[in-house]
Amino acid sequence: MTCSEFTEFLDAYLAGDISPAERDEFKRHLAACKQCVDYLATYERTVKLGKDAFEEPGCDVADKVPEDLVKAILAARNRK
Amino acid sequence: MIPDPSWPPGPLRFLAPLLRATVIFMADGVQVAASDEAILVARLRQGEASAFEELVRGHAPPMLAVCRRLLRNHEQDAQDALQDAFVSVFKAIGSFEGGARLSTWLHRIAVNAALMKLRAKRRRPERGIEDLLPRFGEDGHYLEPPAPWDDRVEAAETRAIVREAIDRLPEGYRTALLLRDIEELSNEQAAEVLGITPNALKIRVHRAHQALRTLLDGRFREAHQ
Ligand SMILES: [Zn+2]
Repeated sequence: MTCSEFTEFLDAYLAGDISPAERDEFKRHLAACKQCVDYLATYERTVKLGKDAFEEPGCDVADKVPEDLVKAILAARNRK
Repeated sequence: MIPDPSWPPGPLRFLAPLLRATVIFMADGVQVAASDEAILVARLRQGEASAFEELVRGHAPPMLAVCRRLLRNHEQDAQDALQDAFVSVFKAIGSFEGGARLSTWLHRIAVNAALMKLRAKRRRPERGIEDLLPRFGEDGHYLEPPAPWDDRVEAAETRAIVREAIDRLPEGYRTALLLRDIEELSNEQAAEVLGITPNALKIRVHRAHQALRTLLDGRFREAHQ
């Protein structure tokens, strides 16, 4: 397995979406390749950072709906 | 206000007391919440004005948040998309299936309204993602070797950096990543919404992850001493 192949099937590997034989091949490559260890670690961190990026604790003000907009939505229903 | 003639009030009048009874006898909090939702849906179908106001006030905030995320915080577009979403909600509430959670159904409608808005606004041809993907030599080795990242970045600052990087992804990849990782749609659901196959969706999300990693690499790579 080359580094190029390793990165190509990374998502499938992380999702457990590969056969046990392919999994062994991934593990063997990782044991021998520091660069892919670094790539895997930073890739996983990227996915996690992406998932956390929109979580703003205690920041519900940003999600407030302007009163004008609520009124406009309800008025649109009454017009139908 | 003119009541919608398509509502079938007969069966719902029969259902309403039944649903209220369910609330009284259910001990489990989750089930009580689900039954509250069923009551709200029944009231909506009967055309109760106060029920619509309750629906909008209770559910609009997370729906507007979805629209803002997908429309890159363009406030006017997000508000327009929310209005479009509720037009769809008011039209379709009669066909809402009790099997799904109301909040899940509303979330999907907001996603669709925001994507419609996004498509209507797209003018320029989409930028390719190739220059954000890792590059390899003919033997499959990295042309720019990866390096570890620094852990010491303050959380709030990191979130802003990551959001900004997500905004820089080519549109099709950005929406695929948002739908799957942030809006938490399954591969199949996100594929359906975007009109592509689940396999194409998986590839897009993977490319988006790789590109996002490249964009963040410059910020987070450990300084070499
Ligand atoms: Zn490697």
